[in-house]
Amino acid sequence: MSGFLKSSIGRKVAMALSAFFLMFFLLMHVSINLLSVFSADAFNTASHFMGTNWLVQFIMQPILIFGVVFHFVMGFILEFRNKKSNGIAYVKNNGAANSSWMSRNMIYSGLVILAFILLHFIDFWFPEINHKYIEVLPEDPTRYFGELQHKFTPLWRVAAYVVSFILLGLHLGHGFTSAFQSMGVTAGRKKTLKTIGKVYSIIIPLAFIFIALYHHFNH
Amino acid sequence: MKLTLKIWRQKNANDKGKIVDYKVDDVSPDMSFLEMLDVLNQDLIDKNEEPIAFDHDCREGICGMCSMYINGRAHGPDTSITVCQLHMRSFKDGDTIYIEPWRAAAFPVIKDLIVDRSAFDRIQQAGGFISVNTSGNTQDANGTLISKHAADTAMDAATCIGCGACVATCKNSSAMLFVGAKVSQYALLPQGQIEAADRVRNMVAQMDLEGFGNCTNTGACEVECPKGITLENIARMNRELMKASI
Repeated sequence: MSGFLKSSIGRKVAMALSAFFLMFFLLMHVSINLLSVFSADAFNTASHFMGTNWLVQFIMQPILIFGVVFHFVMGFILEFRNKKSNGIAYVKNNGAANSSWMSRNMIYSGLVILAFILLHFIDFWFPEINHKYIEVLPEDPTRYFGELQHKFTPLWRVAAYVVSFILLGLHLGHGFTSAFQSMGVTAGRKKTLKTIGKVYSIIIPLAFIFIALYHHFNH
Repeated sequence: MKLTLKIWRQKNANDKGKIVDYKVDDVSPDMSFLEMLDVLNQDLIDKNEEPIAFDHDCREGICGMCSMYINGRAHGPDTSITVCQLHMRSFKDGDTIYIEPWRAAAFPVIKDLIVDRSAFDRIQQAGGFISVNTSGNTQDANGTLISKHAADTAMDAATCIGCGACVATCKNSSAMLFVGAKVSQYALLPQGQIEAADRVRNMVAQMDLEGFGNCTNTGACEVECPKGITLENIARMNRELMKASI
C-alpha cells in the first residue's frame, strides 16, 4: 500500500479523493449561502448551528482545512514534478490543437482560487475565530446575515469574488471529470457523468456569484 | 511547392542544439513528409553538408520510429497518422514548417531529430509480457475461450506501436497512455491474469523511475495517438494498480 501512495498513480488518486471531498463541501456551502437570499432567519439559524456545533467546529472544520491544504500542496508537488519531467521546451507548440486551455492550466486557476480562499479567510474565518475564541465576545445568533451583507457592500470585493468564481467554474469544468478518470472511471466516455460535471461546474459558481451580487444590490 | 523548414539541429546528446533554416523547392504535394526530408538531405549531401538525422523504418505507419514534432504537434497537423503517413498536401506553398524532436526528460535527444526511447523498452521489460511454457507442451491458443468484446478491446490496446507521441504531446511528458495500453492488453485476457498484479506494479514503478510525468487528464495524448489508443486504457491501469495495491 505504501508503494501505491508513493507512485504517480497513487498521487493522482489522492488528488482526486481530496477533490471529491472539496466538491461535496462546495455543494454544502452554496446550499447554506442560498438560504440568505430567501430568509435571513434561516441563514442565521444554519450559520449559528455550523458555527457552534462541536462536531462541525472541531471535527469537520479541521478535516476541511486539511483537505484544502492537501489539495493545494499536492497540486503544487505534481506541477513541480511534472515540470521536471519535461525536456527543453518546444520552439513551436500548439497545445490548443488537442486539449482545452483549462486542462493545461489548472495550476493557474488553482492559484487564483488559493488567493480567493486567503481573502475569504480574512473576510469571514479570521473574524469568526477572533469573535469566538480570542476575544470571546457574547454570542448573537442573529449576527450572521448582517455580517454577510456588510462584506458584500464594496464593489471591489464583489468583483474579486465574481472573477474567482468564474475561475472556480473553469477549474471544476476540467477537475470534475478528471477526478473520476483518475479514480478509474472514464468520465469522458460516460455521457451522464460528463453532463453532471458540466452542470455542477456551471451551477455552483453561478449560485455563488448570484449570492454576492444579490447582497451587493440589496443591502 | 516552396517551403521554409526550421529544423532542430543537434550534433550529439551533449550539444546545446539550435533551430536551423532551410529552403526546399520543387516539393510535390504527393510526397510523404519523410520523402521531402530525403530530398532535402540529398541536397545537403550534394553540398557536402551534414544531412539531418531522423528515425524511420517501415514508412507504412507501424514501426513508430518517426518521432517528429511538426508545427507544434506530434506527427504533424493531421490526426491518427505517423510522420511517414503525413503528405505534403497537408501544407501550403510558401509555408514555414517547424520540425523538432520529441521533448521529454526521459527521451533525451541523441542527434538532430532522433531521441532515445529505450525508456519504453525498460518499462515493457518490467512486466509487459506473459510467462508461458514453450517446452513442447504448449497449449493450443484456441483452447482458452475469450469473449469477442475482451479480444477486441485487448487488440485495440495492443495496436500501440510505442511511438512516444503521447509523451511528446503531453504537457507533463507522461507515459501513461503507453503504459495503460500495455497493461490493458494483458489485463483483458485470461492469459494475463496470473501476473496482472505484479505487471501493473512493476510497469508503473519503472515508468516513475524513468522520470515520466504524471497524467493530468488533458486528453492530448488520445488526440495525437496514431493508433487511436483511448484514455479508457489509463483508467483501466489506474483500476488495476488500485486492485493490486489493496
